[in-house]
Amino acid sequence: MAERARTGLNGVMRDQSVSAPSLLSLFNSFMRIGLAAFGGGLAAWTRREIVEVRGWMDDTQFLSGYALAQLVPGATNVNLAVFIGTQMRGVPGAISCFLGLCGPPLLIVLVTGYLYLHSQSAAAGPWLGAALSGMGAVAIGLSLGTGIRLGRRNLRRLLPIGITAIVALSIGIFGYPLPYVLLVMMPVSLGAAWLTRAQPQTPAKRA
Amino acid sequence: MQVLLQLGLLFLGLSMLAFGGGSGVLPDMQRAAVNTYHWMSAKEFLDMFAISRAQPGPGSLIVVLIGLKAAGLAGAMVSFLTMFGPPSLAVHFVARIWHRAAASAWRQLVERALAPVAVGLTFASGLALMRQAEHGLLPWGVTAVSTVLFAFTEINPLWLLAGGAGALIVAGG
Repeated sequence: MAERARTGLNGVMRDQSVSAPSLLSLFNSFMRIGLAAFGGGLAAWTRREIVEVRGWMDDTQFLSGYALAQLVPGATNVNLAVFIGTQMRGVPGAISCFLGLCGPPLLIVLVTGYLYLHSQSAAAGPWLGAALSGMGAVAIGLSLGTGIRLGRRNLRRLLPIGITAIVALSIGIFGYPLPYVLLVMMPVSLGAAWLTRAQPQTPAKRA
Repeated sequence: MQVLLQLGLLFLGLSMLAFGGGSGVLPDMQRAAVNTYHWMSAKEFLDMFAISRAQPGPGSLIVVLIGLKAAGLAGAMVSFLTMFGPPSLAVHFVARIWHRAAASAWRQLVERALAPVAVGLTFASGLALMRQAEHGLLPWGVTAVSTVLFAFTEINPLWLLAGGAGALIVAGG
């Protein structure tokens, strides 16, 4: 079953000149992502590992995965891991990425939760609080820095830049709920992509 | 057994409502855990939120702590599986459809449409965190410096995390 899913998916794989990564290397990569991401910024770590370090995806593929991971409910970064795993190696790949990302943090949270419940104090000295807010401040920087990196490489025209700005400001500054913003901006972006398409062909689906 | 069922049903429902990550359903989680089922006090919920934030990995792991408190290790497992299982399954099927459509015109169109939206979402997550954080001058400086270094150099982000933690420990210590 697993083998069939794998060959079935790899059969139509494009953009992938090298053979698909092994299940173990998928697990290892996502384990590193999950353990490194203190204070948030998981998407930044995921893009760095998958696009820049490993070269398993290009920016376009990563961005589609990141957007689709947010369109589906659930933790965005877990969704992104499952999406990437499925693209790379089908069902076993999805399981490898999921376990790599969630497994070690799950064990850590179980241990600290056990300690907390049996000591009844949030064992957080003042220095730990300071360290955490420092890492939180860096994590914000990682998100913004990833946005800058992605924008510099992938946004060349005025229309996409405008769409990016509206999405960023309406959610990030004005605090509109993500589903509503996507409900409006996805059709707008689809329309923009259709209007600026390269050659006149009839897409199967448009907004 | 009844508690396990309550945990499972609660997180099954919330998992499919958690659009845009897990933080949107936190108030519902709190209401259920504190007021409806009385698994914990409001202070304990806040402590657990802080603990789950201090961990590496996905933020929604707070459900594991809620389950652990409500029904022990079995509760933790039920909460984890019901919170992360359904969305993972859903995104897996989305990814399969996406993969099959690799060469199709509609996928290329949607790909081009998703790119600016996704870049916008990346900025939005950073901006939203900035808005919520009650930061002093030093944390803002740390954010600004790490934004620039991460965007324009190849520095390993672990150094940035260590530097940010160190800067605030030194300043606040």
